[in-house]
Amino acid sequence: MGRLFDFMLPENKSPLTADPTDGLFHFINEVSLIFLVGITIALIYFAFKYKRKSDNDYTPVITHNNTLEITWSVIPLLITLVIFGWGYSGWLNLKAVPDDAYEIQVTGFKWNWAVNYENGAQTLNEIHVPKGRPVKIVLQSRDVLHSFFVPDYRVKHDAVPGRYTYVWFQAEEVGESVVFCTEYCGTEHSYMDAKIIVHEPEDFETWLEINGGGPSGTPVEQGEALVMQQGCQTCHSVDGSAGLAPTFQGLFGRDEQLADGSTLQADENYIRESILDPGAKIVAGYANIMPPYEGILSDDEITNIIEYLKTLE
Amino acid sequence: MANHSASHPAHVQHHFVDSDQQFESAKMGMWVFLVNEILFFGGLFCAYIVFRAWYPDLFSQAALELNKVWGGVNTVVLIGSSLTVAMAIRSAQKNQIRGLRINLLITIALACVFMVIKYFEYEHKLHLGIAPGMFWNPTPEVLAELSHPKANIFFGIYYMMTGVHGLHVLVGIGLMIWLYIRAGKGHFNSEYYTPVEITGLYWHLVDLIWIFLFPLLYLIE
Amino acid sequence: MAAAETNNMTTLQVKRFKPSENPTNTYLTDEKGVWAWMTTVDHKKIGLMYLASVAFFFAFAGFLAIALRTELWEPATNFIDADTYNKYFTLHGAMMVFFVLIPSIPAALGNFVLPMQLGAKDVAFPRLNLASFYIYVIGAIFTFISLAYNGFDTGWTFYTPYSSTGSTGVIWVTLGVFILGFSSILTGTNFITTIHKLRAPGITWDKLPLNIWALYATSIIQVLATPVLAITILLLAMENIMDIGIFDPAKGGDPVLYQHFFWFYSHPAVYIMIVPGFGIISEVISTFSKKTVFGYWAIALSSLAIAFIGFLVWGHHMFTSGQSAVATTVFSFLTFLVGIPTGIKIFNWIATLYKGSIDMKTPMLYVFIFLFLFSIGGFTGIMLGALSVDIHLHDTYYVVAHFHYVMMGGTLIALLAGLHYWWPKMTGKMYNETQGKIAAILVFIGFNMTFLPQFIMGAQGMPRRYYNYIDQFQPFHQTSTIGSYILGVAFLLILYYLVMSLIKGEQAPSNPWKSRALEWQSTSPPDFHNFAHTPVVINGPYDYHKPMEEFQLGLAVEHNGHGEHHEVETEETEKA
Repeated sequence: MGRLFDFMLPENKSPLTADPTDGLFHFINEVSLIFLVGITIALIYFAFKYKRKSDNDYTPVITHNNTLEITWSVIPLLITLVIFGWGYSGWLNLKAVPDDAYEIQVTGFKWNWAVNYENGAQTLNEIHVPKGRPVKIVLQSRDVLHSFFVPDYRVKHDAVPGRYTYVWFQAEEVGESVVFCTEYCGTEHSYMDAKIIVHEPEDFETWLEINGGGPSGTPVEQGEALVMQQGCQTCHSVDGSAGLAPTFQGLFGRDEQLADGSTLQADENYIRESILDPGAKIVAGYANIMPPYEGILSDDEITNIIEYLKTLE
Repeated sequence: MANHSASHPAHVQHHFVDSDQQFESAKMGMWVFLVNEILFFGGLFCAYIVFRAWYPDLFSQAALELNKVWGGVNTVVLIGSSLTVAMAIRSAQKNQIRGLRINLLITIALACVFMVIKYFEYEHKLHLGIAPGMFWNPTPEVLAELSHPKANIFFGIYYMMTGVHGLHVLVGIGLMIWLYIRAGKGHFNSEYYTPVEITGLYWHLVDLIWIFLFPLLYLIE
Repeated sequence: MAAAETNNMTTLQVKRFKPSENPTNTYLTDEKGVWAWMTTVDHKKIGLMYLASVAFFFAFAGFLAIALRTELWEPATNFIDADTYNKYFTLHGAMMVFFVLIPSIPAALGNFVLPMQLGAKDVAFPRLNLASFYIYVIGAIFTFISLAYNGFDTGWTFYTPYSSTGSTGVIWVTLGVFILGFSSILTGTNFITTIHKLRAPGITWDKLPLNIWALYATSIIQVLATPVLAITILLLAMENIMDIGIFDPAKGGDPVLYQHFFWFYSHPAVYIMIVPGFGIISEVISTFSKKTVFGYWAIALSSLAIAFIGFLVWGHHMFTSGQSAVATTVFSFLTFLVGIPTGIKIFNWIATLYKGSIDMKTPMLYVFIFLFLFSIGGFTGIMLGALSVDIHLHDTYYVVAHFHYVMMGGTLIALLAGLHYWWPKMTGKMYNETQGKIAAILVFIGFNMTFLPQFIMGAQGMPRRYYNYIDQFQPFHQTSTIGSYILGVAFLLILYYLVMSLIKGEQAPSNPWKSRALEWQSTSPPDFHNFAHTPVVINGPYDYHKPMEEFQLGLAVEHNGHGEHHEVETEETEKA
């Protein structure tokens, strides 16, 4: 349905969550426009009609008018009460997750979204969902506040460290939608986006099956998958280019100059320590921005990552 | 500069009509400032309420580390000083400058006693490693009694509340010394004792806040 | 008029004092030299020192805004890197809020005008007033020290845990804001006391100028809200200095608690910024339509209503934060209630124009611009108060555009209106009217061009505080950037003609706008003690139907103390 302010909103791809929001958005815009036009016309009309003619202009003494004042207090009050009720019901709808929703765990951390599915499948910055089925995204954060925002679905919620929050939606067409982080979280905040990829239900099952069941392959392959999955390459490049953190290329066996002036050779123990407790030894010229991975990566996983790093020469 | 009325007494600033207006203004200003002080501490009390609601067992456990006896003595000391400051104002109203100075001296002494007791309390806790924030490093004996994992939070709040209150006591001591010196120079009389009056108001508030802090921190069952 | 009756029914002997058009002895000539200025306790000079500081910080933070907009001309890196960008927008926000908007109207214009409108010689505590100014300066110095320590990139909201990682720059700036808070508190305390205790004879509560009512409401908010900011910021500083853990989830604290604390101050702070603007609008609109303000009590009391309800709506900044559902509902409901008194004011101002004698001088032009821009700011505020819509719009450019419409389109435009309105009184010089109007129109065009596109891209999903963006938003960003340049030019023009007016502007008459308000019944610039006599007020400040003579009364014989009865003939005198 074409409405006056359609141009302001992105495409609506999840009508169950977006429709109430859009309806209210249009309503407020239209009512506001009527008031704004009225105010503007009154201003311009008065400015010309009552333009000062001489310094001795007579002006009537109009101190107040109760009827008028009550009218323009009560009418806006009623309109805003309608808006409140409408917004409230729309918000309840955003909070009420349908029972059959498919649940996906999403963890925000500087500056990526890690996605975990029920069967062990893992992705980074890509959320695969089935079409035509409600999806509940359970949010958490590993470091600072982030916020999960999908403009196409009109849903948003902060990811708060130490607690779980959620959003839900139901995508009605196959395709892609963008996810933004909308809570400021540091240097790469504006690059912390992700994609929601909507599949036909059958395709989604297939995708899930192929990717599920945990890691497979050689230790090096598993290590590489983990590096991608954990988003390490956001800051540590693998091709030697400059980044927010030392490049992985040639890291193993490299002599590193530390911030405290000492040097050391990067060996297994150093890399392990740097993963578990990144602040312990900082390479000169870099800031201590990496979250500790204590309790997030297992010993085996760290070993696999080190094996992978050894291959990057 | 036309109307600098010659009949202005020396203590009345030029922009006031008379002594009454100046006194009323100063008093009102102090009351407004006290409202702001209450809200300042209100923030801390809010943090206290929130964390106590979340971790009730932590608060009853951690309160055992605080010394009720010395806390109680301090309460008595501060209430006593509130009485002497009120007597100081009374003396000023009756033009008894000697009484004013003696009462101010006793108030200063009591405030110092409060701070000394506070110092020994802090000293004892720091010795046991019950220190705020990153200095939190309790001895094994303390940890045996204080097993709660969030114990550092209680003492974070404890040090903030008593620390900020302690600062207010120190400011009060400074103000009272200043009053004592001015009283010695004969600045005050029954016509003009505004600074004594409003410092007294301030001191009552400092006292009042301690009366809240003491049960909230020390006397939790 | 031989005698005037005041509220306590004392009969005072009065006579007319017509202000001189060529004052020889003014507050500007009274004390000279840098040292005299720096140690002055004169509210007018302190007001001007605030004004100069506010202008400096506005230029500084405005320059940062231009840099930010230039960087956003295209996605990804244009000329500054992401960390620099983050520091710039943080500094822009923090400076504009804490060093420009909060002190702008109350501390700069308010300081100058408030005692004059009350017919007082000064504020109640002049030395405290000077202390407030220096506390403000010390706060600013701390903020600049933080820049030396690698700056801070937390956003002006300092959300934990991002802000509590112990960076030295953050510690300095939080201490700076902590100190600055006391400046605001002391100014508020000073104003409340002055309004209560230092009113000239005859100024009863129903004869207070609406500007005073607005400053009164503002001062109440300053006194009640700022201490909570102080303690919050102190806790945050302690979090950074020694990890006390109250706001950091890694140590058992709660980041949402920080947001509650922060917004408990920072939402009322919005009203610290805008309510004094309302006061200026009332004054200017009455003077330039030569007419009684419509609905005096509605406007006066709605300021207090806004101050009161404004304390109960802070949670509407946190609809997506994870606060409880009940809280969210209540906060949304109350947010709409705070919109009503604001709407009432707008309608009252427009009704004031009806059958007026409208003189479209520069200050009045700014009032018209204010009414248009602030209405948009208000309507979009309603949009953001609606729960479901806010979920979509929160933390997008829509919010950025909204608060610029309210803070810049509202507060700063009102400040400009007030600055032009009182400029002749403050400096004794007229500014160039033509250039003033051209600048006002440029501000209007530049402002809308900068911020209207931001509503659209925000609703389409462009998040705020983004250094990089996806290509579809580029046309909006580019329009916005061009708009910001126009704004920049407009402000340079204003600076130019105001400086020129100081150098060779024509001598201002004592009452160039023929206002009935008390501050205009003094010389331009005023006497060191504001009035050479004790003013006596018998009419309301907007009684344009009464003759000018009735607004130029003062005590015929100076006296101390109250309740003395005099019945003596009046004589007309002209002060030399």
